[in-house]
Amino acid sequence: MAYDKFTTLTTTAVPLPIENVDTDQIIPARFLKATERVGFGDNLFRDWRYNSDNTPKEDFVLNNPKYQGKILIGGKNFGSGSSREHAAWAVYDYGFRCVVSSFFADIFKNNCLNIGVLPVQVSPAFLEVILAAVFKDPTTEIVVNLPAQTISIPSTGDQESFNINVYKKENMLNGFDDIDYLRSMEEEITSFADNTPL
Amino acid sequence: MKKTLFDKVWDSHIVRSIENGPDVLFIDRHMVHEVTSPVAFLGLKNRGAKVLYPERTFATADHNTPTINQHLPVADPLSANQLKALEENANAHGISYWGLGHEKNGIVHVVGPEYGITQPGATIVCGDSHTSTHGAFGAIAFGIGTSEVEMVLTTQCIMQPKPKKMVIRVNGSLQNGVTPKDVALYIISKLSTSGATGYFVEYAGNVFSEMSMEGRMTVCNLSIEMGARGGMMAPDEKTFEYIKDREFTPKGASWDKAMAYWNTLYTEEGASFDKVYEFDGSDIEPMITYGTNPGMGMGISKDIPLATDLEGGVATYQKSLAYMNYNEGDTMIGKSIDYVFLGSCTNGRIEDFRAFASIVKGRKKADHVTAWLVPGSHQVEKAIKDEGILEILEAAGFTLREPGCSACLAMNDDKIPAGKYAVSTSNRNFEGRQGPGSRTLLASPLVAAAAAVTGQVTDPRTLLQ
Repeated sequence: MAYDKFTTLTTTAVPLPIENVDTDQIIPARFLKATERVGFGDNLFRDWRYNSDNTPKEDFVLNNPKYQGKILIGGKNFGSGSSREHAAWAVYDYGFRCVVSSFFADIFKNNCLNIGVLPVQVSPAFLEVILAAVFKDPTTEIVVNLPAQTISIPSTGDQESFNINVYKKENMLNGFDDIDYLRSMEEEITSFADNTPL
Repeated sequence: MKKTLFDKVWDSHIVRSIENGPDVLFIDRHMVHEVTSPVAFLGLKNRGAKVLYPERTFATADHNTPTINQHLPVADPLSANQLKALEENANAHGISYWGLGHEKNGIVHVVGPEYGITQPGATIVCGDSHTSTHGAFGAIAFGIGTSEVEMVLTTQCIMQPKPKKMVIRVNGSLQNGVTPKDVALYIISKLSTSGATGYFVEYAGNVFSEMSMEGRMTVCNLSIEMGARGGMMAPDEKTFEYIKDREFTPKGASWDKAMAYWNTLYTEEGASFDKVYEFDGSDIEPMITYGTNPGMGMGISKDIPLATDLEGGVATYQKSLAYMNYNEGDTMIGKSIDYVFLGSCTNGRIEDFRAFASIVKGRKKADHVTAWLVPGSHQVEKAIKDEGILEILEAAGFTLREPGCSACLAMNDDKIPAGKYAVSTSNRNFEGRQGPGSRTLLASPLVAAAAAVTGQVTDPRTLLQ
């Protein structure tokens, strides 16, 4: 599925400094029953966000109006567990375009890249810097510059570079998806298949 | 350059290497289930694309399915809708579909090997992280997201950079009462849930080569719980013996041709890995988890670690123990439990039911324990009956349910109630994984059986004959 191009994002951020946030927290399994990709943002972090009677949990960051923005800042090992792309959909559908962490689980990171959410891996030290800035002043703007591969806090002057696969970067910048690329290779694929032993 | 097992299988499946980008990898077998596929089929439709190789694609229903009264219509309308969507999509694209009630129905990672879809040296994907299970046969098998499910349906390929390589060697003699599940939980407790992220693991050493295929599947299944994309073991005589004559394995001349390939599948002497771990099998006890990720496990006789002994992450650790309502320094033995779940793609195979039965035989289920025993497939269910295990279970006060993923992820009605403790043979103890507010203690079928008959966390070694 094609998605919006990602170039530079300037926005405030929502801090969630918990480690090992797993995809069952991002979107619990009981909300995976849709047959279309709609409405997942409503259940993002469902059981951290709402009580069992569906009233909001006041102390959860998504229920705190001070914190808004298109960047979610997570703790180390963000997105571990299940391969459910629904977790990335929920993050996107809620309105986030970028997740920042010092370490991402593999499949979650891949899923994000495939749907137009940019996972930005920063050093543990920079994660502390960015969290401190946002906690100190929730209106702090953060700039994620994909062409330059930098993340910065203009008000403090802090900046760090991040890595991204060159191919994936091009896709994000242009809003391309892999399937178009692969479909253009069909003859190459079918002739390969004819020679596989299994 | 000497090659590892992983190198050999990966490299032989590269259709094209993109400069500064991922490899285009050919996928031999694609397994599909109802939860992660509907949006992929929708994408296919929107593109006006077809399934390139329906004969390489297999669909089964498992995540959502009820485990009682499967002959009746599925009561939950959302689940019913998802199951119907899978059936319609499979039929529309000519994909073999083993739905609810079909004799071959079961958990995707249990039925794949049972029918010989899983083969050594194959590349296998499914929209499910526990696809790593199939690595037990020497396949490269890993979980993918829904965008990638659409990609494989349409092009039979996936685009991934080649992961780094890790080998985990475990040698030595396992103690009595220590099962493959314990070996895996031990490794995860040492590496943490992110210790193998970015790697593909090869398991080596006598502890794995001496395991049955079922045991190897349990170990490879849990590779994802330490962050690895997948884990695999070199195929051997046991592997070939297991797959021979199964429905989808090659026959006659095709078998000989496949064997010629399979016999090349081992890591060459001197081949290098990016990371190496070695453990002594005799150090491993029956394991149990006490927290909210699979890395928070320990030998069952140990005490819950103190936060002061950790290297950082104290707030997250304390949040986890608060969720479990446990304290640092607590002993796990003797803690009361409410539910026992035997099943899942991790421990829902016949060997797991044999192990469970070996402990409950001649004993009685504790009155306050609710036990859900869920076979991984109809074939497992049949074996339970044929081997007389059902009689043992029933005599001890247990009943057998019908196959499916069940309480592992609680998408159906099999939910552990809030605040209750479940000793579970499944793979994840995340907050709410087995139902909102549920508390999960991951363990082997032996530990689950010991808990089921005593009503508390019990060292199974005290009950083994």
